[in-house]
Amino acid sequence: MSAVAAGPGGPHSVTEAARQRKFGALYSRNVQAVVARGLMAAKSSTWLILVSGFFEPVLYLVAMGVGLGTIVGDVEGPGGQLTSYAAYIAPALLAVSAMNGAVYDSTWNVFFKMNFAKLYQGMLYTSLGPLDVAMGEIFLALLRGLLYATGFTAVMGVMGLLTTFWAVLMIPASLLIAFGFASLGMGITSFMKTFQQMDWINFFMLPMFLFSATFYPLSVYPEGIQWLIQAMPLWHGVELLRQISVGAFSPATAVHIGYYLVMIVLGVALTTGRLRKLFLK
Amino acid sequence: MNPDAVIRAEQLRKNYGDVAAVDGISFEVPPGESFGLLGPNGAGKSTTMKMIGGVSQRTSGKLSIMGLDPDVNGPEVRAHLGVVPQQDNLDEELKVRENLIVYGRYFGLPLSYLRPKADELLEFAQLTDKAKSRVDALSGGMKRRLTIARSLINEPKILLLDEPTTGLDPQARHILWDRLFRLKEQGVTLILTTHYMDEAEQLCDRLIVVDKGRIMAEGSPASLIREHSTREVLELRFGSERNATIGAELQGVGERLETLPDRVLIYAEDGETALEQVSARGLHPLTSLVRRSSLEDVFLRLTGRSLVD
Repeated sequence: MSAVAAGPGGPHSVTEAARQRKFGALYSRNVQAVVARGLMAAKSSTWLILVSGFFEPVLYLVAMGVGLGTIVGDVEGPGGQLTSYAAYIAPALLAVSAMNGAVYDSTWNVFFKMNFAKLYQGMLYTSLGPLDVAMGEIFLALLRGLLYATGFTAVMGVMGLLTTFWAVLMIPASLLIAFGFASLGMGITSFMKTFQQMDWINFFMLPMFLFSATFYPLSVYPEGIQWLIQAMPLWHGVELLRQISVGAFSPATAVHIGYYLVMIVLGVALTTGRLRKLFLK
Repeated sequence: MNPDAVIRAEQLRKNYGDVAAVDGISFEVPPGESFGLLGPNGAGKSTTMKMIGGVSQRTSGKLSIMGLDPDVNGPEVRAHLGVVPQQDNLDEELKVRENLIVYGRYFGLPLSYLRPKADELLEFAQLTDKAKSRVDALSGGMKRRLTIARSLINEPKILLLDEPTTGLDPQARHILWDRLFRLKEQGVTLILTTHYMDEAEQLCDRLIVVDKGRIMAEGSPASLIREHSTREVLELRFGSERNATIGAELQGVGERLETLPDRVLIYAEDGETALEQVSARGLHPLTSLVRRSSLEDVFLRLTGRSLVD
């Protein structure tokens, strides 16, 4: 048997090298290790879930856009021009898809790893800081979001729902939306202790999906409800992608983007703080 | 103060609300020593381990690991440590060998180092033929060995073992002890908590006996027994009815008497002689046993309680 660990004063060049880097209490610049772990774990699991997450918005698009769309006819788009109903709801469904993918990864997945697999506990016994773990998990959620967004945009293209090259920007915009939901979702999940509490996430997400101007414009609501919808994150995502899909930008575009930037900052801060409180108490 | 000490704790304290889990303990561990924290459940052993590992912040006191404060330099301190937690937290979504590689990457170690290192550690943990197995297919003892192998991936100078053999069958425990003994021979500093006497006696050069967050005694297993107990112990069972009342009739036999619900312990230099004295008084226990004093007796003497409830 060879020497497994060198004695005190023995050669420790590798750990020394790792040690030499700048360390803080929260961050060790090693997000990639958490991401690599996620990819390795993904190899052996959840392909079915991954695929089903892609088809869900496509099915909605076919049923509502193509099916219901034949009765609805053309509607007025963000720039004031008439578009088909399918082209109207497709960007909204893309926003929903980005949200769903990010929320699934950052809530149920994280909940399980936190409370049952004790994965984060193990990670935080190494050189990793809580910020590395949070950023790594969020990045993985984004990677899934990127797959969905690219696939769905391609479907839109195939169905002839894209009329401008601006529409390519829907992919990075979807990532922005996913980033917002993933970071905040992970922070919120850290408060959850039971499966019953996790159900509250669905309780919140379903109405948001149905009522965030996804299938019809905001103007159908009375003013009070409009304010409520506009406070919700999904509405900003829906509007942002809808504007991009036809290349009709306005000052509101910056507001939508700003909303998500704030959400990201708050979410990452919350998640890091919570991981620190939970595991480095 | 030992200038070489790799761990130095002074008046270390940890409160959870009003409860002091660790109530002002001080100790030093020189490099290469195998140091034990012995005590019952809830004594504050695991909390002390967590503070050393930098995953629990102390309420007050001083703590230095390799000259660094774990509350300030958490990741840097942890780069020197190997941690074997009380409950296995292996990554069940990964294969056995992948567990080692991925864990090493958490320390920022390159794959060129990790690949041969993982194979070497699998060999050490006697798990080479399980390299591609799923973690949940391993037995309890194998999981434990994998956890220990994982903790060695960064060539730690200090290995923290929290109840390393709890829940394992005797054979698995002996295999594990053998592996830990080899690490000790290689000069790794071992810090282990246990409530098993035999484990402490097998593995620890020196230990502290902890109860209710305080240090009750400190020393090598042999010196603790010498100081706080007699050479031999006579265990007598008179049946649960009589154990409590027979004490008075046994007064004067041996140096000291301890009455437990299920048996009476007589501490004496020579157990056989004590047993003859008992018989001479016309007392006839149901069973009798003469044995050497153990750390269990030290603990009983110091706290008035048994270690394992």
